[in-house]
Amino acid sequence: MDRRQFLKSSTAAVAAAGTGAVPWRRARAQAAPIKVGLLTPLTGVVASGGKEMVEGVQFYLESVNHQMAGRKVELLIEDDASNPDTALQKARRLVEQGNCHMLIGDLLANTGLAVANYVKGTGTPYFIPIIAADDLTQRHRIKNVIRVAGYSASAFTHPFGDWCLKQGYKKIATVSQDYTFGHEQCGGLAQVFTEGGGQIVQQFWHPLNTADFSPYLGQLADLKVDAIFAMETGADATRFIQQYASFGLKGKTPLLGAMNATDQSVIRTLGEECDGIIAAAHFAEGSDNPATQKFVREYEARYHKIPSLYGFSMYSGIMWVAQALEKIGGKVEDRDAFIDAVLKTELVGSPLGKTVKLDAYGNPIYDVQIRKTVKRADGKYWNVPITSYPGVSQFWKYDPETYMKQPPYSRTFQGIKKA
Amino acid sequence: MSAFQLLNGLTYAALLFVVASGFTLIFGLLRIVNLAHGALYLVGGYIGFSIASGTGSFVLGGLGAMAAVAAIGFVLDQGLLRFVGNNELRQVLLTLGFAFVLDDMALVIWGGDSFTVPIPHMLKGGMHVFGVYYPTYRLFVLATGIVVFAGLWLLLNHTRLGALIRAGVDDAEMVEASGVNIRRVFLVTFLLGSALAGLGGLMGGAFLSLYPSADAEILVFSLAIVIIGGRGSLVGVGVGSLLVGLLNTLGQVMFPELAYFVIFGPMALLLAFRPLGLFGRATPA
Amino acid sequence: MSNAGSAPIKIAGLTGRSLVVVLLVLATTAALPLVLSNYQLELATEMLIFGVLAMSIDILSGFAGRTSLGHGAIFGVSGYVVVYASAQAGFSPAAAILLGVIAATAVAIIFALLAVRTSGVYFLLLTLALGMIVWGICLRWTQVTGGENGLRGDVRPAFLAGHRAFYWAVLAATTVVSYAMWRFVRSPFGLTLLGIRDSESRMKSLGYNVPLHLFIGFAVSGFFAGISGALYALFNNFVSPSTVALEQSVEGVLMMIAGGVGTLFGGFVGAAAIIALENVVSAYTERWQTVLGLTFIVIMIFAPDGIIGALRAILPRGGLARERYKD
Repeated sequence: MDRRQFLKSSTAAVAAAGTGAVPWRRARAQAAPIKVGLLTPLTGVVASGGKEMVEGVQFYLESVNHQMAGRKVELLIEDDASNPDTALQKARRLVEQGNCHMLIGDLLANTGLAVANYVKGTGTPYFIPIIAADDLTQRHRIKNVIRVAGYSASAFTHPFGDWCLKQGYKKIATVSQDYTFGHEQCGGLAQVFTEGGGQIVQQFWHPLNTADFSPYLGQLADLKVDAIFAMETGADATRFIQQYASFGLKGKTPLLGAMNATDQSVIRTLGEECDGIIAAAHFAEGSDNPATQKFVREYEARYHKIPSLYGFSMYSGIMWVAQALEKIGGKVEDRDAFIDAVLKTELVGSPLGKTVKLDAYGNPIYDVQIRKTVKRADGKYWNVPITSYPGVSQFWKYDPETYMKQPPYSRTFQGIKKA
Repeated sequence: MSAFQLLNGLTYAALLFVVASGFTLIFGLLRIVNLAHGALYLVGGYIGFSIASGTGSFVLGGLGAMAAVAAIGFVLDQGLLRFVGNNELRQVLLTLGFAFVLDDMALVIWGGDSFTVPIPHMLKGGMHVFGVYYPTYRLFVLATGIVVFAGLWLLLNHTRLGALIRAGVDDAEMVEASGVNIRRVFLVTFLLGSALAGLGGLMGGAFLSLYPSADAEILVFSLAIVIIGGRGSLVGVGVGSLLVGLLNTLGQVMFPELAYFVIFGPMALLLAFRPLGLFGRATPA
Repeated sequence: MSNAGSAPIKIAGLTGRSLVVVLLVLATTAALPLVLSNYQLELATEMLIFGVLAMSIDILSGFAGRTSLGHGAIFGVSGYVVVYASAQAGFSPAAAILLGVIAATAVAIIFALLAVRTSGVYFLLLTLALGMIVWGICLRWTQVTGGENGLRGDVRPAFLAGHRAFYWAVLAATTVVSYAMWRFVRSPFGLTLLGIRDSESRMKSLGYNVPLHLFIGFAVSGFFAGISGALYALFNNFVSPSTVALEQSVEGVLMMIAGGVGTLFGGFVGAAAIIALENVVSAYTERWQTVLGLTFIVIMIFAPDGIIGALRAILPRGGLARERYKD
């Protein structure tokens, strides 16, 4: 009996500490470190991207001496193993065992969606600089899931479709990994391109981790199109670009890619087969913007590689959180104020060299770069902007409410306007 | 099916054959389902990649990959498998645990980036065959597959070792009773089977690239091939590889939605009616 | 030969000392929410759920001599149907669970039809291949299964939303299901399965229809795996292809072996050990996969009879432990 009584009262004490209801407790909580839970795939198919996510966060934290708004930052890193079940379990551990004030990270959409579904219940702020699923800032917004320094999948392919029209392309075929990110990226391009009079001749959907692309390349070669859009990430992108060259398609049909397909994480192990691929993105490591160049130079000095999308996004994402915390004096315990501050913060001093803010739906507005992979002086390949679309909304030029009435992009709905 | 897609299927089948023949040799003689075979493929590829990029020699890469993977196979067979006896469940799970360790170690050593084994200049580019332009390297893989088949056929049918292996597949105890050290035959077979996984890793690594989890698909296809072909039959592996390679290509072209079903559906049906596979023989109980 | 250490199971009702032990175990586990943190309680919940999966595999493995590498798929199908039925099709949680278990049993029946004529390593391979088919369908049939992203929704009814309430509900379900499994393996039917495990030819010559017995055994085992899968869907509110993947089957089998093949309740011990290990190790090192792999290897080499088997070998005969695990 006594034991039970003891347990009850100690639970009550813990609960009080958690809410910070008692004044002297609050004072002590202020001095306590801000706990950031980082979820990242350190093993599994996207392990190299996951490692760079950690580097991006640590690179920023080192630069501010592990302090945000005068409070020490404690970083708890958990491996989501590229697996949604594991991601969910690790999120639970970070929140319930680690008492993290916030979660940040995840790379694959399925892991991010699993964690988002979980924090919907707990209310823990969850920041997703990499998870690009459109609906997290469109049809199914969750208040505490915020896309700091991230992007929605179709936001960059809308202007890309427009750019294709301007090149005079009439017919395009797409080949894509068969999951939400691929559906959304292809859909953005297909909708704008077909509404402007272009034609999507055929779309191929293949499972993630397709070892042999030759069956698709054989069909693509027969299509007689003006360009091919490849929505590939990670190892699939490496293989696709390589096999595209070895089957002799490179040089015949221009290759357009998702930003992930020509990201540093992919092209740093490639050679001339990746030369000249065009992609649309907010970040181009070969930009001559001084802020970008400073970041790239310092990152390269620290980690001996040109930063990828993952390193850049996580660096900027945690920087965003830090700037928001500055505004509220580091009071991370007050969740509502914290979330509100993050939503209202305009990110300054990021590697983009330009202020970034969120739209009314929580998606950052960027200048979208149309970028091309070219060889740098030292023989490494990187992406250099060739033209730019300023201030692009995730809804492109559509009215947000009308846009969200159309179904989300999927394998069956690509927004294609019939000629 | 166009000549082009046929070549795609055949060249992929040739790679699968190299890997799966090693798998079936071990399964046939030692009765061990080695779930670390895919990991051996991946590690072989990584080692071949390192050697080939370091020395600039594709051949050295191949030899190094085969030797290194055979050495890893030696550790697996002599250091671990001999302690679990003939219990197939324990063997299967032990090899799976070994695969976990190998994969994780590969991630530590080579990181998670995708690598491609550099190929010699003469194999780059493409050539015209059957009226289509086709990558030379993939034709080389096809040729290698045929050479490996011929080599294994000669080994099994025209050497003393081959005779012992064939006899051992049917009845290992009988061979042992006739005064042969069957343990040594087992070991040689295990090393040969592992080396073939290493060779496959190098060859596959040059056109399918190497990355964490690249082992899984190869392993699954090897399993399918052995199940279809039957235990310990070289012809069975050949036919199984062709079927899986062609079905995989055909499936991706014609039924992209059913990608995996196209291979595993027929396999499951086959197994239900011919549990020992197309060319498998019953063994004396 | 791995079963040489485990003596044939005696039939015994819940009487005397074993009843006391069972009640003690139940009381202890029921009291856990009072001492554990929320997170630890979730781990305990997970252990119970996977314990049921491991036991369902043990019905086939320990009592019929056939180890399935396809039970993860059966488990996962139940999860998919539960999430789909409740989140997409609007069924009540109870109806969704029922549908999930029915679907899992149906899948098990299909597996069984194809697999019962095989044994040994061919049974392993065939069930593995069948599991792969299910995985492939879940991955590619995007319109229904959500493909790579899987399905999400609020499956858990409101009154089970809390950690404690859900734990107790799972504990109650687990208790009932375990009892049912225990009665099943001790029924005359279960004894026939044991006979098949020990000597198929003898049972055949005694006039038993071996394939039919295996078929029913497989279906029953799938039914219990389905219950476990339904509980897991409630636990996670989420299901994805990794839930039906080979890894899930393997993990279930490993838990069963870690506990002890043919001990039935060893499933809980194995599940607890493996889940605890995964959690402790991954907190300290990125190399948890290596540790897990080494654990496989060590268990296979040094403790093939599982934790319970090892305890039996160590503990003196006639002690409480023996009573608890053997009776």
